[in-house]
Amino acid sequence: MMPIVVAADVRKAFGTVQALDGVSIEIPAGQVLCIVGPSGSGKSTLLRCINQLERIDSGAIWVDGELIGYRRVGDKLYELTDAEIARQRLTSGMVFQRFNLFQHLTALENIIEGPLIVQKRRRNEVVGEAMALLERVGLSAKRDAYPSELSGGQQQRVAIARALAMKPKLMLFDEPTSALDPELVGEVLAVMRDLAHSGMTMIVVTHELGFAREVANEVAFMDRGAIVERGSPQEVLVHPKQQRTRDFIAAVLA
Amino acid sequence: MNSTSAFSSMGGGKTGGFDPSIAHLTHVPRRHYGRWVASALLLAALAYVIKAFAEGQIDWTVVGQFFTAQSIISGLGNTIIMTVCAMALGIALGVLFAIMVMSPNPVLKGVAIFYIWFFRGTPLLLQLLIWFNLALVFPRIGIPGLFEARMVDVMTPFVATLLGLGINQGAYTAEVVRSGILSVDAGQTEAAKAIGMTRLTTLRRIILPQAMRVIIPPVGNEVISMVKLTSIASVIGFAEVLRNAQTIYFANARVIELLIVSAGWYLMIVTILSIAQHFLERHFAKGSSRRSRRVARPALEG
Repeated sequence: MMPIVVAADVRKAFGTVQALDGVSIEIPAGQVLCIVGPSGSGKSTLLRCINQLERIDSGAIWVDGELIGYRRVGDKLYELTDAEIARQRLTSGMVFQRFNLFQHLTALENIIEGPLIVQKRRRNEVVGEAMALLERVGLSAKRDAYPSELSGGQQQRVAIARALAMKPKLMLFDEPTSALDPELVGEVLAVMRDLAHSGMTMIVVTHELGFAREVANEVAFMDRGAIVERGSPQEVLVHPKQQRTRDFIAAVLA
Repeated sequence: MNSTSAFSSMGGGKTGGFDPSIAHLTHVPRRHYGRWVASALLLAALAYVIKAFAEGQIDWTVVGQFFTAQSIISGLGNTIIMTVCAMALGIALGVLFAIMVMSPNPVLKGVAIFYIWFFRGTPLLLQLLIWFNLALVFPRIGIPGLFEARMVDVMTPFVATLLGLGINQGAYTAEVVRSGILSVDAGQTEAAKAIGMTRLTTLRRIILPQAMRVIIPPVGNEVISMVKLTSIASVIGFAEVLRNAQTIYFANARVIELLIVSAGWYLMIVTILSIAQHFLERHFAKGSSRRSRRVARPALEG
């Protein structure tokens, strides 16, 4: 199967901190990859580079067969324009740790904003789909609620629906449950589990090892800007080969 | 916590601080005597001022007579038109230059910084005089061959006032808009990018609508200030309320009466604008001013 994401020797530094130190990875379409690792290990940065929220310093990333951020002419890579990068982002949907729902729009308006404004689709068609998505995340009753009137878990579910409304081929989750009250984590994970079972390709940066073990086809462990270990959930989370992975899992479970 | 022991120790309610039998007594709010005294003093002062105006050399029938005089009303019309036009120009330029100042493009940024520096750095009156006398520098204006005009014909008092007030206002509004844009969480921009919006679409659809909540109060303040700033244009002969009032009192010497007429009209416009501002603020507060829980990190249970 054709890989949906390919990263080749990707490097990214913030000042003197090397967030990504030569990451290479191939992610096949149709699978759920969970990325785990200590904070500052570069896992969120990798996700943000795939969606071009960060610009990489060197290396290359392909999403859905297309080189992102640059156009190759001869032996040089020329940076793309704002509009071209915006178009490339349509391949993937992103869910943020802090939800980032548009505060001035209702739940329904948040979901239809992209299809309506970016994809320029017809309103009645888009509203119908958005209502179906709200139904899917269990929030039909909240269509007219503003984000400030929703709980964290409800906001995150609307945020997932907003990303799905663009019909992405790939969903990126950046610690989607880390900002939630403990009792609200379950409802968001349930929506993500449902999404995984529907066959969506997902890359999930998470601290929820239980979720990773249950839902992921593959788990990657990152530390200090590099992928240390990668394999089935069983291999990485239960019988890790690397000492660093073992230390991390022991620390999380402690 | 241990109320039983507290009650048992009070010994029939006579000693110590505890006496549950007072629970049925009526609560009397604190008295604010100071406010009554201050109000009385203010009323006395007000009465004195009113008496002075009533007994002074003021012919109130003249005030009434000129309040709706044709010249005053047309001046009022000019004041309102100028306020609307100059403010519209100011807001348009303010938004434009705020976006330019925050642009990653160094050329746009440089132009915007220069604009704000120049027009905030020189007095408004001086700018008005420069615009009005621009013919001294550019005698003719236009694109050679296409159209051309003499600057003195183009730069009427209205045009000079509009450019002077509007462009000066733009420099201030740019800073207000910039702070409004900065007040919107960076996560909003990222979310907009993630659904494929370009920089300008993000600004127009996501950032500016949310920045409005921060922008409206100071801009409302500036509109009110603009109403009164138009009076400065009387020096270059723009026929607004104060200019026309002056023209009348130069003729009939009813100085105070006509100044009262002008003051009355300014107060009336400003009052109406203040009410409009209140409703605008309420409109743009949607989704944010609700007194509901803010999204917060998990609160630790005690």
